[in-house]
Amino acid sequence: MSEKDKPETVKLTPAEEKARRKRSIAIALTLLVLVGVFYVVSLIKMGS
Amino acid sequence: MSTIETSTLSPAPAISMAEPKDFFALLKPRVMQLVVLTAVCGMALAPGSINPFLAIISIVAIAVGAGASGALNMWYDADIDQNMERTRTRPIPSGRVEPDAALGFGILLSILSVMTLGLVSNWFAAGFLAFTIFFYVVVYSMGLKRSTPQNIVIGGAAGAFPPMIGWAAVTGSVSIESFVLFAIIFLWTPPHFWALALFKMKEYGKVGVPMLPNVAGEASTRRQIFAYSLVLVPVAILPFVMGFAGPVYGAVSIVLGALFLKHAYGVLKMADGDERMIPAKKLFGFSILYLFGLFVTLLAETTVTGLIGAVA
Repeated sequence: MSEKDKPETVKLTPAEEKARRKRSIAIALTLLVLVGVFYVVSLIKMGS
Repeated sequence: MSTIETSTLSPAPAISMAEPKDFFALLKPRVMQLVVLTAVCGMALAPGSINPFLAIISIVAIAVGAGASGALNMWYDADIDQNMERTRTRPIPSGRVEPDAALGFGILLSILSVMTLGLVSNWFAAGFLAFTIFFYVVVYSMGLKRSTPQNIVIGGAAGAFPPMIGWAAVTGSVSIESFVLFAIIFLWTPPHFWALALFKMKEYGKVGVPMLPNVAGEASTRRQIFAYSLVLVPVAILPFVMGFAGPVYGAVSIVLGALFLKHAYGVLKMADGDERMIPAKKLFGFSILYLFGLFVTLLAETTVTGLIGAVA
């Protein structure tokens, strides 16, 4: 593939990378909390 | 492979600069505080019991559902928010969050909160939460807000449902007691928002939202504020009269009610064309204290009474 045929990619600025990293961490933490919450809820529901 | 510095592109590609705190701001955290407080009250007063962990997750689900409706409201109202001083720093008009991202965020959280409440407590409460979100976003934000000066009277029901949802999360139903809690917030909403609308009248007029002062005039608004206050204060004493709140709540609701009426009377007697609107600003500030005061007292007294009963 020649240089001009290659797709353009976007290079993020440091500020954009920082914002994206923060969003990714927040999503990961939220998913972890949700997994933990539903695990405990399942235990409680099965226990009752 | 070629690369592009996003900062040199014009127009800039849609690389979001939004941070988690911007999405959190979409949830209207201050409104969520009131939702949490009133939902906890509904839950605490309800007969029966619920596992404490399930109770906490139910409250979080109700709060997130309310926050989701706030995000959808901000998505829909972004065009008018950018023209009002009070709202122009919100995440969408300030450019920190893209409208589509706010829409997706609001829909996702709506579904997640309803499903969670259904799985954790019961599907009646979950259905009630779904209806509340629908009512606030579709009936109020998309329907009433821009079309009638009675917008916040009817739309206020959405903000008044959380104690009923909290009650339903425990019992799987609603009752006259939970309806009284609903009625307190429902009747509180018009004096609270019309006091704000009085001193923000020009801004609402500028963006074309038909708030009561802009449509019916200042004098009519002041009379209606006082009329609603006259109904609100005795209704707020009802939990004591009906026996599901104690004497401390009874005393607090009477004292705070008298002060509410004093502020509402101040607004009633406010001169036409008063630019400073001090009585309206005072009533707006006090109305927040009033509602928090009522529900905090109700919750505290119920909790203490319950603890004493458990020990004895």
